Amino acid sequence: MADAKVIPFDEDGRRRRATEGAQGAGRAAGRGRDRDAGTGGAQAARAAAPVPEQARAPVEAAEADAADEPAPGGGWEAKAARGLAFLRRRVTGDYEVDDFGYDAELTDQVLMSVLRPVYESYFRVEVKGIENIPSDGAALVVANHSGTLPLDGLMLQVAVHDHHPADRRLRLLAADLVFMLPLVNELARKAGHTLACAEDAQRLLSSGEVVGVMPEGFKGLGKPFAERYKLQRFGRGGFVSTALRTGAPIVPCSIVGAEEIYPMLGNSRTMARLLGLPYFPVTATFPWLGPLGAVPLPTKWTIQFGEPIPTDGYAPEAADDPMLMFNLTDQVRETIQHTLYKLLVQRRSVFF
Amino acid sequence: MGKVVLVTGAARQLGGRFVRRVQRDPDVDRVIGVDVVRPVHELGDAEFVRADIRQPTISKVLVEHDVDTVVHMDVHGTPLSPRGSRTAVKETNVIGTMQLLGGCQKAPRVRRLVVKSSIGVYGSAPRDPAVFDENTPSKALPSGGFAKDVVEVEGYVRGFARRRPDVSVTVLRFAQLLGPTVDSPMGDYFSLPVLPTVLGYDPRLQFVHEDDAVEVLRLASREPARGTFSAGTFNIAGDGVLLLSQCARRLGRPTVPMLLPAIRWGGSALRSVGLTDFSPEQVRLLTHGRVVRTARMRDVLGFAPRFTTAEALADFGRALDAGLLPPERWAGAVDRVAARLDAPYEYAGEHPAEEGQHRHG
Repeated sequence: MADAKVIPFDEDGRRRRATEGAQGAGRAAGRGRDRDAGTGGAQAARAAAPVPEQARAPVEAAEADAADEPAPGGGWEAKAARGLAFLRRRVTGDYEVDDFGYDAELTDQVLMSVLRPVYESYFRVEVKGIENIPSDGAALVVANHSGTLPLDGLMLQVAVHDHHPADRRLRLLAADLVFMLPLVNELARKAGHTLACAEDAQRLLSSGEVVGVMPEGFKGLGKPFAERYKLQRFGRGGFVSTALRTGAPIVPCSIVGAEEIYPMLGNSRTMARLLGLPYFPVTATFPWLGPLGAVPLPTKWTIQFGEPIPTDGYAPEAADDPMLMFNLTDQVRETIQHTLYKLLVQRRSVFF
Repeated sequence: MGKVVLVTGAARQLGGRFVRRVQRDPDVDRVIGVDVVRPVHELGDAEFVRADIRQPTISKVLVEHDVDTVVHMDVHGTPLSPRGSRTAVKETNVIGTMQLLGGCQKAPRVRRLVVKSSIGVYGSAPRDPAVFDENTPSKALPSGGFAKDVVEVEGYVRGFARRRPDVSVTVLRFAQLLGPTVDSPMGDYFSLPVLPTVLGYDPRLQFVHEDDAVEVLRLASREPARGTFSAGTFNIAGDGVLLLSQCARRLGRPTVPMLLPAIRWGGSALRSVGLTDFSPEQVRLLTHGRVVRTARMRDVLGFAPRFTTAEALADFGRALDAGLLPPERWAGAVDRVAARLDAPYEYAGEHPAEEGQHRHG
């Protein structure tokens, strides 16, 4: 299954649904349930659940199905075999990570499957202009940042992972807070994120990766609801000089929908200082309802990638020219802001 | 007229191995090993001089033996004997280096100085870039322990290089040393039956095999080959990166995730009974990990390690007992289940894998 890099199971299911046409409604429903269970199953598999009994059941199921199904994925058994192979590699530590700690296999098989239902069913993300990310070579995706929690970054990663025709992987640059928090830092590194600093960004870009950055940082993430879709200052424009140094095109990206997931009414500075956080959000539900208040609102999202802005036509010393940097930063910022306005005008409602 | 090489820290295993290796070089005439105690291992034809590098006698040794190459390997994180104190280690590291460099400055025949350092100089903090370059300034300088010693040692070495520009000075920053015979803090840690880890952190680690360490020290102590330079600072590490969880699984060692404060207390408790060295910088390494760039080692020094990080760990693991959860047992259990399936089962291939049976069971 060479084309199965993007969610092998899901792909399989879709293709089958297409080929089978109308089969028993009960079976279709069953498959749907299976798909949702997939995310939890991935984690269960790591915990080395009792496999033998479960593995035998699919064998029989596959034999029964084999007659009437074309089975492009090779049936249940093939899937089980692939699952076991994955499990074997995990328990014996026989997998590879890159210098940044990016665990490609874990990201593709587990982390993306966990995020996908949120992406597809909860926020119903619509992706436009994905072809603006080049099929090969480095690119710097610059996006707006909003939503109190950085869910927009994760959704952006799923969007590139699932929709790019050349199977590109987005490597996000994250704030240092991410790498201070236990568990979060571990998952972030394994998902291919790294610290937003010039060294790491340059290293990733020079090895030809697609790098995602949200230059607004905490200013964008933790801005009050009243200022939604107003882009904040783009840091000091460091992303532009990094792109200039490596000659990577800048792909502006506008994300609509993330602003409304946690309408931030206030910011408790005292709590933020106590917890050592850049801000402490107060929404209509958080912290009043506790963890339940942290459930985001199911808004409808649109992610639009804009035309790439080339940076390879400049002289090498251009990266140290502050005027050029400010101009390019403004150009990227304006592009994202205008696209945001355009998308907002087209949007029918926040939730649909 | 061949070279005369003086090696400090010859009583350590790595020092002993280097002494034995370097005397086989054709252009090396004599090798002098120096340490405070007589080594338990063989030094071959090398002379052993029992001297404390913290004392000025070291400069007499340098002049008496007409030494022209000094390989300073007596920079360690752990005491030589289990009962040695941290204070003595720090003194040997810092005062010893100062005395040795003072002696070198007075010895006109010294032409080459090689110092064994550690990538601990970079510290380890969440604000640091993921990969350290030789020039990366550390965001949080190590506040104590071995890492701070190394920072100070390198400072004195830089000072010496300024005062004696005619001496070629090489600083080799080694990643965590591993191997079947050498004792290192990382090796001691991996030898524990159960590995305490920091809850919520999975550090990236890099290892260098002891054979490669000896080889690169030898390379640096010689006249550089054409097109390469040995003067300067170099990171020395095997290719690739392993996560601590991966190392534990490959060595068959179960892990016990502990809260950060608990591991600090537990570490000092373990240390006081002499079980292992759980120094604060070891804990920091096991929290945030450390990865270095080795392009300078390859391009400028012209050294290519034989062992990758994974191979160094595997070679170390072969000399170790099997552990409580040997990976072979896991693999066997999974293989037995897979054997019941009537489907191709390739676990080492490039095939994207997923777990089907849990969804459909």
